This record gives sequence, C-alpha cells and structure tokens, in this order.
Amino acid sequence: MVEAAKMAVSDEVAIQITDMNKWYGSFHVLRDINLTVNRGERIVVCGPSGSGKSTLIRCINALEDHQQGQIFVDGTELSSDLKNIDKIRSEVGMCFQHFNLFPHLSILENCTLAPIWVRKTPKKEAEETAMHFLEKVKIPEQADKYPGQLSGGQQQRVAIARSLCMQPRIMLFDEPTSALDPEMIKEVLDTMIALAEEGMTMICVTHEMGFARQVANRVIFMDAGQIVEQNEPEEFFNNPKSERTQLFLSQILGH
Amino acid sequence: MPIDTSAAFVRTSEIPPSPPPPSETGLVKWLRENLFSSVGSAILTIVSLIAIYFILSLAIPWLFNGVWNASSLSECREAMEGKVGACFAVLTERWNQLLYGFQYPASEYWRPNLALILLFFAAAPVLFFDLPRKLLIITAVYPFVAFWLIWGGTFLGPLIAFLGLAAAYFVFERVGKQNFALGFIGAIAAAFAIWIVGGGLIPDSASDNAMLKAVPSRDLGGFMLNMMLGATCVSLSIPIGILLALGRQSHMPLVRFVCVIFIEFIRGVPLITLLFVANVMLAYFFPPESTVDLFIRVVIMITVFSAAYIAEVVRGGLAALPRGQYEAADSLGLDYPQAMRLIILPQALKISIPGIVNVAVGLFKDTTLVSVISMFDLVGMIRGPILASTEWNGVYWELLGFAAALFFVVCYGISQYSQWLERRLATDHR
Repeated sequence: MVEAAKMAVSDEVAIQITDMNKWYGSFHVLRDINLTVNRGERIVVCGPSGSGKSTLIRCINALEDHQQGQIFVDGTELSSDLKNIDKIRSEVGMCFQHFNLFPHLSILENCTLAPIWVRKTPKKEAEETAMHFLEKVKIPEQADKYPGQLSGGQQQRVAIARSLCMQPRIMLFDEPTSALDPEMIKEVLDTMIALAEEGMTMICVTHEMGFARQVANRVIFMDAGQIVEQNEPEEFFNNPKSERTQLFLSQILGH
Repeated sequence: MPIDTSAAFVRTSEIPPSPPPPSETGLVKWLRENLFSSVGSAILTIVSLIAIYFILSLAIPWLFNGVWNASSLSECREAMEGKVGACFAVLTERWNQLLYGFQYPASEYWRPNLALILLFFAAAPVLFFDLPRKLLIITAVYPFVAFWLIWGGTFLGPLIAFLGLAAAYFVFERVGKQNFALGFIGAIAAAFAIWIVGGGLIPDSASDNAMLKAVPSRDLGGFMLNMMLGATCVSLSIPIGILLALGRQSHMPLVRFVCVIFIEFIRGVPLITLLFVANVMLAYFFPPESTVDLFIRVVIMITVFSAAYIAEVVRGGLAALPRGQYEAADSLGLDYPQAMRLIILPQALKISIPGIVNVAVGLFKDTTLVSVISMFDLVGMIRGPILASTEWNGVYWELLGFAAALFFVVCYGISQYSQWLERRLATDHR
C-alpha cells in the first residue's frame, strides 16, 4: 500500500529552495540550503538538536525569514511582501511540537476558525468539513470539548485536523511526537501515515526512524545548519555515507 | 498446613455502625478545629471576641439611636437627649445635594435618573456577551442619549455627533476591508465633514427653548458626577489602553516609541497634577475661541491616566501568552487584525481581567479627586457646601460613611462581576 503511494510522486515541483542562508544575529543557522520537493513527496528531516531542522521548515511558511537565497512554494516566491506570505501560509499546513491549539476555543471552533475567516467559507460548510477531518483523525466525539480536556495525542490529532481544514497542498510537521507520552506516539503516527497514503506532500522533522523507513521517499540529515546527506530511506539507514551520519544513526538506533 | 485454632477467627455477626463521640461532631468539633485548635489560637479567639464586642457596643447604639429627622446638628443633639447616636438627618435633609449637587435644577432630576437606568440596558450587551449581538445598537446609541438627557439643550448636537461616528463606521466597513489605511483616513474625514457641516447648521439659539432645559456642566455635582466620570472614563480607557498595549508591542519603531513615551510619561505623573493641568493649562492647547468644557477636559485627563495603567496590565497579559499561539495563528494564514481579535486578545484580556478591574475600581474612586479642582462631586459636596454650612458643621462620620457606602456598593458590584466573568471564561480546565 505504501509502495503504491510512493509511486504517486509527480514531477511537479512543490517547494524549491536555492542557496538559502539564514542568520540569528551573527549566528549562521542555515548555510547554503538547496532542496527541491516534488508534489506528493514525503521527506523526513533528522539531525542532532540545534542543527537547524526546525528553522528550515519554519522558513518554508515564513514563520522565520531568510536573509539570502530564494524559497518558492507552489511557484510563489517568499518575500517580505505580506500578501504573499498570508497566501502561502493558507496553502501550507503546519503542526507544532506543542500542538498550539487555541485553548479558549472548542475543538470544532479551532478547526473552523481559519476556514471561516481566511477562506470566507460559510460557517455551516466549515463545520461539515471540520467534522469530516475530525472523523478522519478519529476524534469526532470530542468536537465540543476544549483542548485542555484532551490528552496530548488527541490534541496533536486535532492540530493535524485543524491544518487539514484549510485544505493545504503541503503539510509541515515540526517534531509532532516529541512532546508525547510513548503510548500516544502511535496514534499520531498512524494519522500521519494515513495522510501520507493519500499522497499529501509532507516534510516532517522527527526522530521516529520507524516512521521514516515506512513512509518517507527521502531522508535528509542535517548538521550545523547544512544538509549533510540525503538519500532514500533504505540506503540512508543501511548504508550511510558520511561519518557524521553514521555517528548520529549509531547513537539513536544503538539501543 | 495445620491450622492454629487459637489464632483463627471467623466473624459471625456484623458490628452495627455507632455514632461518633460527641467531641467529633457538630458545633463542638467545629469550635475545636476552627477557634480553639491550640493555646495561641484560643487566646486570639478570645481577644477577637472582646474586640468585636467593644466595637459593636459602640456602633450599634450609634446606628440605632440615629436621628433621621432634624434640620440642623443642634436639633439632632436635642432629639437624642444626651444619648450617643448618629445624626442621619443630614443625609435625608441634603439627600438631593449629595446625589445631584446643589445647582442641578430639582425639576430635572428625572433626567439623570433615567440616564442611570438606561445605562444598565446599554452596559448589559457588553458585560454579558451571551445576550444577542443586536442589542449592541443600544450601547452605541446610549452615550448620545445620555448626553442629551443630562445636559439637555438641543438634541441636534448629540444627533450630529452620532451621525458623524456612524458615517465613519460605515466608510470604514466599506473601504477598510480592502485597504485599511484608506478606510481609516476616509472614516476620519467623513466624521469631521459631518461634524463641521452639521455643527454649522445648528442655529445658536437652538438650545434656548429646547425640549429639555439646558444644564451647564458647572451645575453638575454629587454622586451623579462620580458615576458619570467613572462610567465614561472606564469605557473609554479600556479600548485606548488595549491599543496602547498593542502599539507598545508593534514592529513599527515609530508607533512603539510614541506608545512607550506616552505610557511612561503619564504613569510617572500624579493624577492630581493632571487634573490641575486639565483645569488650568489644557485651555492653551485648544484654539483660543473654543471653550472646551471642564467636564470634557477632566474626562480626557482621567481617561489618559487610567489608559496608561490598563495598557501595562494588558501588556502583561500579552506577554504571558506562549509564542506558539502567535505562530499557530500565523501558520493558519490569519492576518494581524484577525490574529489579534480572534486568538491573542481574547486570551490576553482573560488573563488581564483582575488587573483591569483593579484599575477600573481605582479609577472610579479617584473620580473624587476632582473635588480639589472645585468640582462638586460627592466628596466635594460634603467638604464644601454641606460641612461648611452652619447647620451641619461637624457631621463627619455620617456623611463620609455614607460616601464610603455608596462607593463600596458600586466597587463591590464591579468586583463580583469580574469574578463571574473569570468563571464564565474558564475553559482551560487546569
């Protein structure tokens, strides 16, 4: 089934990053990043902490700005022009490590807010869409509760549903399972796998190597702000080329 | 394994439940736990009881021997025949002066009364947001109706003020959606156009034989003046304070700079100073031919003062929100006004409720400071015309106690409302 999905990668370019550099003050966080993501591709980004993985995907929906180089998302260049940024952000869904649900709104309101205000969808239609996606992440019965009443895994699935309600063409995941208890990781990963099988273009920063093996077309290893190695998962795990990658893999897979 | 019969035991009958010993129930238990749990607390209890008895033994005769009907302090003393008692007659005799000041025409008292009743209807849709949103129209119209009721004169003035604001709102709704700056400037232009043209159309003699007799601002007084200042300044300073707090967080250096300077300057100056400025100096800042009403000058100063405080309270609420909330709003494609209105402010203001209420209660009580610039509010009336009169010279406890009671009722109401609001908004289930 997953194999079939892997076939679905098209030649159409979804994200193109060329010679991108970013600094925090004088600290050079991202160095000469070049990356092309095709539509339907599923990419896992891994690497030691502080290597710039999160910063990279946060640049893709302009939560962070870059100082050099170009980023094209769906053919639109990210610049400081506000109109572009809001348009891109509504096309690119994002899930955060700490879910970032809106605690003062119910689950349903969390999911319908952006469609109603950004897409100008009628309320009733937005609610139907929201219920559709809540069913997809298997928590329609929680729709009227508030985020504080849900477990971490449920909250992360709501966060995924909230992004999906905007019907995004690309999904970004920033360590979606890192803040979860072990028994809740699986429910979130299952949701992400189901999404991958539908052919969603995904970039995931994660340390779930099992997930990477099962779902990814490509695994990218970053260190010190650079892309050190990228390859297909089988090749990447069984036959890593660079020393730095070998060391990293031995540390996370060694126990 | 052999059973040792001497240690074995099988219960054949159930022990019926019996009541706990007397020392563990009812009044005895409560007294022991709460009042006499140790030697120290027993001593404190007894001392407190003696103190309470002492205070009540003085206060109760004072309250109940009170004289309610007399026309001067000496008459009061005669009526009490040497007993200790309060002279509440001053309250009944000067009741209208305490509430409305000594110059508001007695035949028109119904007008501020009606304005006060309408205030409840106007405030309800804002305070209790479960009510239908359409009721906000009452809130929008109320300030102009109340102005007309209290000051009287021609109704054309408030009508044109209202039409100006309505036009501004209409222009902003139409244009502001596409182009914020154009809508904003257009709205201001529309409002001023209507005010200037409309103001010119009102004949000078319009107020001479108007339906409601015109009452000048200097004739306002008593607790009515405190309520007017309190309600106006609180309802103006909360939105201004929120804007200042947002401005202080702005990415635009000029906006941030202006807001910081404004807040820091106003907070660093005593309110009394600002009131003297309003009384004496503010006239220099207005065109020489315009005589801006003292009431409006005082409202500006108190509003500015408490807006600076509210801005800092709201800034605390904004700072308490995790950065993830801003990022989540951004990542969904909400623009700045939407993110603020739908995500950030509802949460930040909820955190700020106790602080905002604190400022609002303080503001309301600070309205008594206008007595130092010779406005006859409740305290001004007591210190001035009433205590200075030959009849009531020396009646402090009754008058100031009455003032305290009036303020307490309003402030306690505000406090209870804020606690209800906090419970109503609690959705985080911590």
